[in-house]
Amino acid sequence: MTGKAITVTSGKGGVGKTTVTANLGAALANFGHKVVCIDADIGLRNLDVVLGLENRIVYDLVDIVEGRCRLRQAMIRDKRLPELFLIPAAQTRDKSAISPSDMVTLADDLRAEFDYILFDSPAGIERGFRNAVAPADMVLVVTNPEVSAVRDADRIIGLVEAEEKGPARLVINRIKPEMVRRGDMLGVDDILELLAVQLVGLVPDDENVLLSTNRGLPVVLDGKSKAGLAFRNIARRVMGEEVPFMHFDETGGFLNRITRLIRPGGN
Amino acid sequence: MSSKIQIKGIRDGLLITLGDGTWEEQHQELITQLRSQAGFLQGARLAIDVGGSILKAADLGQLTRELSEAGFTLFALISESPTTERSAQSFGLATRLPKPGAARTVAGSTEPDGEPALLVSRTLRSGYNLQYQGHVVVIGDVNPGAQVIARGDVIVWGKLRGMVHAGAEGDEGAIVCALDLSPTQLRIASAIAVTPKRRGKPQPEMARLVKGQVVAEVWDPKRERL
Repeated sequence: MTGKAITVTSGKGGVGKTTVTANLGAALANFGHKVVCIDADIGLRNLDVVLGLENRIVYDLVDIVEGRCRLRQAMIRDKRLPELFLIPAAQTRDKSAISPSDMVTLADDLRAEFDYILFDSPAGIERGFRNAVAPADMVLVVTNPEVSAVRDADRIIGLVEAEEKGPARLVINRIKPEMVRRGDMLGVDDILELLAVQLVGLVPDDENVLLSTNRGLPVVLDGKSKAGLAFRNIARRVMGEEVPFMHFDETGGFLNRITRLIRPGGN
Repeated sequence: MSSKIQIKGIRDGLLITLGDGTWEEQHQELITQLRSQAGFLQGARLAIDVGGSILKAADLGQLTRELSEAGFTLFALISESPTTERSAQSFGLATRLPKPGAARTVAGSTEPDGEPALLVSRTLRSGYNLQYQGHVVVIGDVNPGAQVIARGDVIVWGKLRGMVHAGAEGDEGAIVCALDLSPTQLRIASAIAVTPKRRGKPQPEMARLVKGQVVAEVWDPKRERL
């Protein structure tokens, strides 16, 4: 059994890399896979907070790489999902504390034991990004339906190709169905036309995500949330299932299309 | 050592397969054979299969000379030996015969009144910087945030949405063509233009300088060219 290493990255900050990593990890674990999430954002760690495991950190990623602890000692098991583990980032160091080859070695050590190894990449295209991408078998690029985030995603996809980790897969996060319906938001089709990569997830903007992040309880565990369903669907696609994409009334009903046809003229 | 040579017509001429033996023996046999049938084979284009023999450049030089004196053209030399293949390639000879039905092979270059260009068959994503001392042809999109800077013309078979600078060293005759010409910024020589808001669906367009102004026109196949 060899685990699959998946890196979640974006270029632009604040688009939801950590949320995607935490929820994808939780969803995969919920489906019965053994998962470890690794926070590669050294110096600005967040994944532990989103997963609600902050108060249990003893050792971190840099301790492993520098040999101050064994791999096992740094792994924190999630009490709600016994198949989910976290390796937190160091908060008092920076990206230069580890190298891409350290990450490759780490991933190779974990492959034997885990089904999925998720890396939460920092924003940017520098050392931290290269650390996170180096061990990847699959790269998920997260973007929002806004021009600047899509521009950065395009750059990142190019860099992922240059590192021969391509083709990257795309997750579009924080889609506001209401704005898409009004034609005020960059549509999914527009984004896909520009980026020309395979889509693995459409996540609607959902207040529950913020609530669950603050509470440290992944939104996938909330059966009623739409975003939770979207994350479960991403997990199933990552597992190789064919899952149809959610509709945000984008193509809507007949009446919707008529109103959309009329509206642009009125602006 | 009676004739073990086989001669067979192929699409591009005649394929002569030599029998086993050293090159000296094969060579002798070949010359004899060609002399005896000179009238019949006159002027033919020849491909010669030498089997496993090793031919050095000098041997090949002698052979091509002899053949051309006799009125033959050697266009291919087929061999199992890599050394022979290399010598053949250094003489500009083909070392493989095109498979039946395959596209024709391009024999060298005929140098028309064209200029060489750089062909890029991929999409240029944000952050990609392509600079070339000549013309550039991109088969794919040029995304926003990517830039193409060329001394000559720029042709994009796809959507041009990044920054493009044609005639970057001052050539005011340079042009920019794209299937969807909507660059963030378009420069030709020292003129700079931005894309106006598009109405309707994209059409292939060509931009060039007219009296110092960048002018983009829809590609009209019926209109007379430049």
